[in-house]
Amino acid sequence: MAYVIQGETGDWEIVIGLEVHAQVISQSKLFSGAATEFGNEPNSQVSFVDAGFPGMLPVINAVCVEQAVRTGLGLKAAINLTSVFARKNYFYADLPQGYQISQYELPIVGNGEIILDMPDGSSRTVGIERLHLEQDAGKSMHDQHPSKSYIDLNRSGVALMEIVSKPDMRSPEEAGAYLGKLRSILRYLGTCDGNMQEGSMRCDANVSVRPVGSTELRTRCEIKNLNSIRFMQQAIEFEARRHIDIYEAGGTIAQETRLFDSGKGETRSMRSKEQAHDYRYFPDPDLLPLVLDPAMVETIRASLPELPDEKKARFVADYSLSPYDAGVLVAERITADFFETVARGRDAKQAANWVTGDFFAALKTSGRTIEDPPVSAANLGGLIDLIADNTISGRIAKEVFVLMVETGKAPALIVEEQGLRQVTDTSAIDAAIADILAKNPDKVSEFKSGKDKLFGFFVGQVMKATQGKANPAMVNDLLKKKLAE
Amino acid sequence: MTKLTHLTIAEARDGLAKGAFTAVELASAHVDAMARARGLNAYITETPELALEQAKQSDLRIQAGTGGALEGIPLAIKDLFCTEGVRTTAASHILDGFTPPYESTVSGKLKAAGAVCLGKTNLDEFAMGSSNLTSYHGAVVNPWQRTGSDAKLVPGGSSGGSAAAVAGRIALGATGTDTGGSIRQPAALCGIVGIKPTYGRCSRWGIVAFASSLDQAGPMTRTVRDAAIMLESMCGHDAKDSTSAPMPVPNFEAALTGDIRGLKVGIPKEYRPDGMSDEINAVWDQGIEWLKAAGATPVEISLPHTKYALPTYYIIAPAEASSNLARYDGVRFGLRVPGKTLDELYAKTRAAGFGAEVRRRILIGTYVLSAGYYDAYYDKARRVRTLIARDFENAFKTVDVILTPTAPSPAFAPGEKGDDPVAMYLEDVFTVPTSLAGLPGLSLPAGLNAQGLPLGLQLIGRPFDEATVLRVAEVMEQAADFKALPSGLEG
Repeated sequence: MAYVIQGETGDWEIVIGLEVHAQVISQSKLFSGAATEFGNEPNSQVSFVDAGFPGMLPVINAVCVEQAVRTGLGLKAAINLTSVFARKNYFYADLPQGYQISQYELPIVGNGEIILDMPDGSSRTVGIERLHLEQDAGKSMHDQHPSKSYIDLNRSGVALMEIVSKPDMRSPEEAGAYLGKLRSILRYLGTCDGNMQEGSMRCDANVSVRPVGSTELRTRCEIKNLNSIRFMQQAIEFEARRHIDIYEAGGTIAQETRLFDSGKGETRSMRSKEQAHDYRYFPDPDLLPLVLDPAMVETIRASLPELPDEKKARFVADYSLSPYDAGVLVAERITADFFETVARGRDAKQAANWVTGDFFAALKTSGRTIEDPPVSAANLGGLIDLIADNTISGRIAKEVFVLMVETGKAPALIVEEQGLRQVTDTSAIDAAIADILAKNPDKVSEFKSGKDKLFGFFVGQVMKATQGKANPAMVNDLLKKKLAE
Repeated sequence: MTKLTHLTIAEARDGLAKGAFTAVELASAHVDAMARARGLNAYITETPELALEQAKQSDLRIQAGTGGALEGIPLAIKDLFCTEGVRTTAASHILDGFTPPYESTVSGKLKAAGAVCLGKTNLDEFAMGSSNLTSYHGAVVNPWQRTGSDAKLVPGGSSGGSAAAVAGRIALGATGTDTGGSIRQPAALCGIVGIKPTYGRCSRWGIVAFASSLDQAGPMTRTVRDAAIMLESMCGHDAKDSTSAPMPVPNFEAALTGDIRGLKVGIPKEYRPDGMSDEINAVWDQGIEWLKAAGATPVEISLPHTKYALPTYYIIAPAEASSNLARYDGVRFGLRVPGKTLDELYAKTRAAGFGAEVRRRILIGTYVLSAGYYDAYYDKARRVRTLIARDFENAFKTVDVILTPTAPSPAFAPGEKGDDPVAMYLEDVFTVPTSLAGLPGLSLPAGLNAQGLPLGLQLIGRPFDEATVLRVAEVMEQAADFKALPSGLEG
């Protein structure tokens, strides 16, 4: 279902392109040996290069280049064997060199794509325009002193990948799915931790609107520095509505850069096109063109992990999971691995239900993470084995699971300790049935005169009498026989 | 015995090795001479205590037999090289109070070879100039004067302080940097030898950047042999400079065989522009004769894009400079003039900190990189630069080395070039093409003009073929037998 905004003059659609800044996972910065770790003392991870001292020169960090190539390959994108670093010139207190080293005309990665899995099971392909490497700036802090600003250069020079999508998204939901999927791919690749709270993934959204049916691209506004999926979606919705209101009132949209105020839920102008910086890009003469060895690219390609799309397809094919279940399970590599450990040699559908059902719920209620799960994959698998070999019923298994979360014990141990092994002894079940039927002669005759629904009542009574331990299938069978007598 | 300050580096090296004098005696002689020659204003910062301390250490190493290639040799360092613990100014007000906590690769290599640092020499502000008149620390005086005149002349630039110190016998050698002629032109105007090696030969790490794609360090000395000795210690691949060439360092001194028989020497016809003075033409012709006499063959060549070199250079160099100098913003080091806003702090600091020539080039550079002008200026200049480099490539298919004048005129007095900056830019007309092509270029003194001022000739070589340039230069040096001393020499 296409996402449409109803205006007074008709229906409108949104055109969205996203620019994501993803911090590269690397020990040291893009052009210096200083460390990149987050959260340390201000200005404790700054080299003379990062601080823009006289005579200091950048030297490219090979690890960052490999990470960019790895990401490009993960986005099924063209790798440009020759790319060029350019200087983006502007003055700001947290930009020590007075320019940011970035890539302009020749980025390291060209056209690629991301497939979005929509909640309704459909999928959409969003084009990637380019990915380029660039330095991050430092951080300005304006709230530490009444009249001064403080600068922290720890982040200055850290490698970022700017990943630019084509204007292929049509709803806030798709934009959210794009960010989620991109984050998932980056985390699979190990090239960015995707942590939006710490700022290691930041997003700018380019938004315009057009009447439904039109193919024109109208003037866009860029909303800067959106640091969560929710804020991004709010900002897009607000911005689209703002455009529509202006168009419908006969106005025009001015191209500009805007900021999102998450408190008020609105965007506001940051600078107009006229105030836009002239960055005076030119090739950085301190750096030679970056020329990649094709063999290096192939080595990286060969070392790529199975990515979410492939894993999802395999889960659907090999485990007969629904695309939706598979999509949920592959979003995080560690979740997919957990699932596969549980499912190995067992009923996959059942494994998927346990992982996405009780296990995910337990993650939430226990406040723990998949990295440190309340129930190990081996134990969850063991629980499923106990159901499969009729040691316990599915219903008892739910109780056992709760105890596993509480105690961390293995399921078999809990079943033994609590005496939860199900009753498969025919005579014991027969005795319980005889007892129930004897106590409820009127119900028996009602059943026999055609009130079929009462069968469930008898089953419930037998289960209750056996504290739920009777094998439900056997109860069914034996009960049917008795009632037919 | 020759005065210690009048020795060549080779002679001083041999004297130290033989124990004829000590490094401390050699350093002291220079420290004394520096004090007497302050009128030249060749040094921005003198480091006599450091020099004597280093000389003491050198003497110990010489005695122990562990001395380096330049052990105990007193040198001057252009104040564009960052020197650990010694203030570095780039001759600009904006670097007030800046003492680098690191040592440039080139000065560090000289130190490691045992050289003694006499001080930091004056230069045009940020190496922008051909006269040393743009220094915040005052003009440098050329030790040479016209016969019968006591008018003060400029030493050329931007390495004017280094050239004046070497010519004025207050350093045995000095480092220079050359972006468009800043080693070769002052060498010519001060009657000394200066070589700008191939771009990438010397590391740029720790040298205050002017125009990154052009800047190269090189030695300034009184003989070709000294230049060979010094260059060998200065150059070599440096992983800290991505544009540094991963090339082995040849034994340049061993290249001075004196034999240039059979070499073909290119004489570019475009280097005789209309109106060039007869004395420059004459010294050039003389140089050709010396080469012929030594068994080399002059070959007329054409470098057709020569006339575009100067305008190309004055787009590319300011463009890079406008970006390289953005870091001087008053925020982290150097001069800060407070302002009510960040923009005001920038404006006030940079207005007060940069001199007129530097501001002019920042403006030119900012303009040529601006949206709408980039293609017409910067990008076109880049393409012309390629054509200029191709001219040389073609020429070097038939010749081994190229001979040209170094500068269109001898030393001049401040103000003689008028107020027109373009007249000053013309000083680099013969040196700039080599810089744009990244080729090695050497200037050596070829004789005196009628007024008693030195004139220089330039030898240009193939990429990384400094050895041939030095070999030819030494043969010419023998023929020129340039023994004149600057008329303004102290004591």
